[in-house]
Amino acid sequence: MARSNGRSTKKKPIGKMVVMGVVSLALYVLLLSEQGVINDYFSRGGLVAFLPIAVAFIFSIVHGSFTSNFWTVLGIEAARRKKEVR
Amino acid sequence: MHDIVREAANFINLDAMNIAYLFIVGFVGGLVSGFIGSGGAFVLTPAMMSLGVPGLVAVASNMCHKFPKALVGALKRAKYGQVDVKLGIVLGISAEAGVLYGAHVQESIKKAFGDAGSNLYVSVAFVIILAVVGGFVLRDAWKTYRSGNMHEEEKVTKLAHWVQSINIPGTMVYFKSLNARISVLFTIPLGFATGMLAATIAVGGFIGVPSMIYVLGAPSLMASATELVIAFVMGLGGSFKYAMHGLVDIRLAMIILAGSLFGIQLGAIGTTYVKPFIIKVVMGLIMVIVLFSRGLMVPVYLSQLGLIQTLGDPTVKILKNTSFAIMAFALILGASIVLSAMWKGRRAEREAAQEVLEHGKI
Repeated sequence: MARSNGRSTKKKPIGKMVVMGVVSLALYVLLLSEQGVINDYFSRGGLVAFLPIAVAFIFSIVHGSFTSNFWTVLGIEAARRKKEVR
Repeated sequence: MHDIVREAANFINLDAMNIAYLFIVGFVGGLVSGFIGSGGAFVLTPAMMSLGVPGLVAVASNMCHKFPKALVGALKRAKYGQVDVKLGIVLGISAEAGVLYGAHVQESIKKAFGDAGSNLYVSVAFVIILAVVGGFVLRDAWKTYRSGNMHEEEKVTKLAHWVQSINIPGTMVYFKSLNARISVLFTIPLGFATGMLAATIAVGGFIGVPSMIYVLGAPSLMASATELVIAFVMGLGGSFKYAMHGLVDIRLAMIILAGSLFGIQLGAIGTTYVKPFIIKVVMGLIMVIVLFSRGLMVPVYLSQLGLIQTLGDPTVKILKNTSFAIMAFALILGASIVLSAMWKGRRAEREAAQEVLEHGKI
């Protein structure tokens, strides 16, 4: 039965969500299992400052992509009617 | 510097309960930030400190979770056409200067009057700014609601019309959110004040968003989305500064980020379902409630400074706990309004789709 609801027929990014979810989980496991070494390095300050910044960027890309796909897979997406912002 | 590093080395042990707590607080904070552009961060610093995290490490780790969160939120809302990147960067640069100056003021006050003096300054700034700006935003939202013009275009204020009418050669820049050319000179004090507030109470958006709406003439949706760009610029610079001193506990920052990225995506989606004045309602309500939370702490700091009669330990404890509870309530109330507005919007959309389907069948 064909459904007229465009969103329902759109393919959900389950594969992408799973891949990014696994990578994100692996990053968190690594962060918490190696927290002693990581804390030791990151608390040194100075030029090492780029490390926490780089880590934050990596987590934001991977986990951000996972969370975005997560809500899409659950069917929670932006309103279809384009909002006029002015 | 050695003291700072020693404090930084004092990173707390994380157990499953702590992780779950930070994740949930991060989620609620992210939800609110995704919707109003900021406002989720102020509860995170005290939440971390309640786990035993030293104050400076809590501020630094909060900052380090804020910029990647703002980045993800800004990208999401840019997809909905709500972000004015140029305005965000222009305001973000002067906000960065405001952050540095705000931090310097904080340090000077701390040196002269100690921790209690610094806390009193922060609380008084909270109360005055939130009372004035929060009261104004809430009054405006209430007027819109009472007028029944919730669906109408937002009106540009007289002040914004005036700002847009001033022509200062060599400084005029076109901003798409304003659909007008304005002098960048007007953006400097606004960005600076946003940064100073961010350095003082951790939420620059309480000045940034209303100033974009009422002073520059941006629509609420675009102002709240553009604030995420400002938060990214400020957060990136601030995080680097704190990381240089080894103060960022990356585990705390990333755990909060884990929750807040779920929240910020949902908050951003929520903006596509609501009427623009709801953004003002959520922002104004949070600001006014938080002002009471900080107001309760003023007597505590006045007593610590010996300016009023000394308060007993049980009284101080009650005031501190009540203050934290009110702050958490403000955030939860904001999150509930976002979720309920989104729920209603989705239901209305489903019903409309169903109606179209049924008419199609007939």
